[in-house]
Amino acid sequence: MSENKKIEFSIEALATAKKIMARYPEGKQKSALIPILHLAQTEFNGWLSAEVMDYVASLLSIKPIEVYEVVTFYSMFNSKPVGKCLIEVCQTSSCWLRGSDEIVAHIKNKLNINVGETSADGMFTLKTVECLGSCGTAPMLQCGADFHENLTVEKVDELLEKLRNKNERSSYLKSMITDR
Amino acid sequence: MGKKLLLEHINEPGIQSFEVYRKKGGYASVEKALKSMKPDEVTEEVKRSGLRGRGGAGFPTGMKWTFLDRRSEKPRYLVCNADESEPGTFKDRYLMEHLPHLLVEGMITSSYALGAKTSYIYIRGEYMYIVRILEKAIEEAYANGFLGKNILGTDYSLDLYVHPGAGAYICGEETALLESLEGKRGNPRLKPPFPAIAGLYACPTVVNNVETIAAVVPIINIGGDEYAKIGVGKSTGTKLISASGHINKPGVYEIELGIPVEEFIFSDEYCGGIWKDRRLKAVVAGGSSVPILPADLIFTTAKGEPRLMTYESLADGGFATGTMLGSGGFIVMDETASIVENLYTFSRFYHHESCGQCSPCREGTGWLEKILHRLREGHGKKEDVDLLVSVAKNIEGKTICPLGEAAAWPVASAVKHFRKEFEEAAARLQLSAVQKAELATH
Ligand SMILES: Cc1cc2nc3c(=O)[nH]c(=O)nc-3n(C[C@H](O)[C@H](O)[C@H](O)COP(=O)(O)O)c2cc1C
Ligand code: SF4
Ligand code: FES
Repeated sequence: MSENKKIEFSIEALATAKKIMARYPEGKQKSALIPILHLAQTEFNGWLSAEVMDYVASLLSIKPIEVYEVVTFYSMFNSKPVGKCLIEVCQTSSCWLRGSDEIVAHIKNKLNINVGETSADGMFTLKTVECLGSCGTAPMLQCGADFHENLTVEKVDELLEKLRNKNERSSYLKSMITDR
Repeated sequence: MGKKLLLEHINEPGIQSFEVYRKKGGYASVEKALKSMKPDEVTEEVKRSGLRGRGGAGFPTGMKWTFLDRRSEKPRYLVCNADESEPGTFKDRYLMEHLPHLLVEGMITSSYALGAKTSYIYIRGEYMYIVRILEKAIEEAYANGFLGKNILGTDYSLDLYVHPGAGAYICGEETALLESLEGKRGNPRLKPPFPAIAGLYACPTVVNNVETIAAVVPIINIGGDEYAKIGVGKSTGTKLISASGHINKPGVYEIELGIPVEEFIFSDEYCGGIWKDRRLKAVVAGGSSVPILPADLIFTTAKGEPRLMTYESLADGGFATGTMLGSGGFIVMDETASIVENLYTFSRFYHHESCGQCSPCREGTGWLEKILHRLREGHGKKEDVDLLVSVAKNIEGKTICPLGEAAAWPVASAVKHFRKEFEEAAARLQLSAVQKAELATH
């Protein structure tokens, strides 16, 4: 990637951003910040660099600090690069009761990384997260927008294999906004 | 089988689509309300129904609606709370995934009652695949004249939007949610003013849970009085319970408020009993924030009566021997589960989710996590058990929002009911410290 390539949304993403902004009253465009940051994270390799945050600030005509303080508050925003597939394993009570520890240990072992690290090939980043609302189908993990539930180590093996072969960035946001 | 008011058609193939939903009687509440009722009459029905907020606090919905400042010149907003992040709770997700039009219908009927012209569904960011489901349902509602300008030819118009969050439990607290919806960090606001007076963009706002808004649909369809006939006392209607943990049939169940807790756990219609033929040890009945109860207290109240699935019965005995219905996140633990470990997952959760505005919460939750961590890792001290209780006490009642209490109550109750287990954990660790010292000298 060229160093001085200007950060900006693709034409489609820009159109989506405009539609998101139109959902809030006149003068309240800042409300669009979180949805647009999701869009930006999808556009720019799964994380938000300072340049990307500045770009989003300019889109919404707000100060860069207003973007930084939001990015650092919410756990879904990554302010550092992540692997193509961000694996987020729930470890809260219901998942823990049904064996999430074993799932985390297995993934660590299999990918030879610790929680918070990215595999050497840049393919996987492993994160542990708090309850994702799948407690009835525990243990579970999220990758991109997809929930993988009722996990066993065998299921995890299959999933990792599938993701590796697909070899594409797990996309969080495919079509958040529909036309009407 | 208990009466189903929300999930009646959930197994109908294609019920996610407008066409099938409509064929099954969907959007009747919108037709009835908009064509034959004044907005205040809709509110009146909700009042008569006795419906209480399904987000956790159980505040009477009709009363909340009457607090909305109707004299203000400013626009009014209805915001649906779909942040659902309370550990053990997954009913809103289930409802939105399978019956998206039920929520959309409830939003239209409720917005009409409140005089809102724009409404938002604030959904936790992790539920992105549900954002798509809702967007599609909303699109269909627009296409069929149930949203947009002059709904069903009346002079009522409404725009409805879905707004994703980005991973923060605190944004389920209604004022934090509004901050977040305004594009800011999710820091709860000092109250008053309450959202009913100054909420979204400082305009009069009602925030209601997904299930609360969905329940407005059957209430308008059958009438508030009919709805109030279901249930016991001030716990009227049906409630979605998210059941998880060591049971045979985890899942979301719609119950008539008032069934015995014992039936809920052991009947095949619901949880189907404890898995692996093990014995029941403890239950967290209403999401991570409510006191944990051991098996002997969960089935009977202080008066020795069977405990029922109602707001009052679960709370019977106060915090000495009772708990709360909360969000209906029902977590079951079998005899093998470690209470210390389980509490550790909760305390880590609250520490992670504290917004950091108040020092008792920011620092206290950190201490709770730290002490529990060392207890489970084997570096604890005998004094740690009382220290836990003391830290919890010092958070409770000293914070801007109730997350402080939510973090403190599980700790106080776990130590009260399972003190021995905590002391054993501390002793085990002391022993191992002695052993370590011995090893070092050899
Ligand atoms: C820390 C905290 C988290 C909360 N999370 C949620 C939530 O995820 N969903 C919800 O509906 N209510 C949640 N609430 C309750 C809301 O503040 C509010 O009472 C509720 O949305 C009102 O809706 P209801 O009256 O329909 O229940 C939470 C409250 C607190 C203090
Ligand atoms: S109690 Fe905790 S979460 Fe609530 S406002 Fe204070 S610091 Fe934030
Ligand atoms: S505890 Fe893991 S999804 Fe709820």
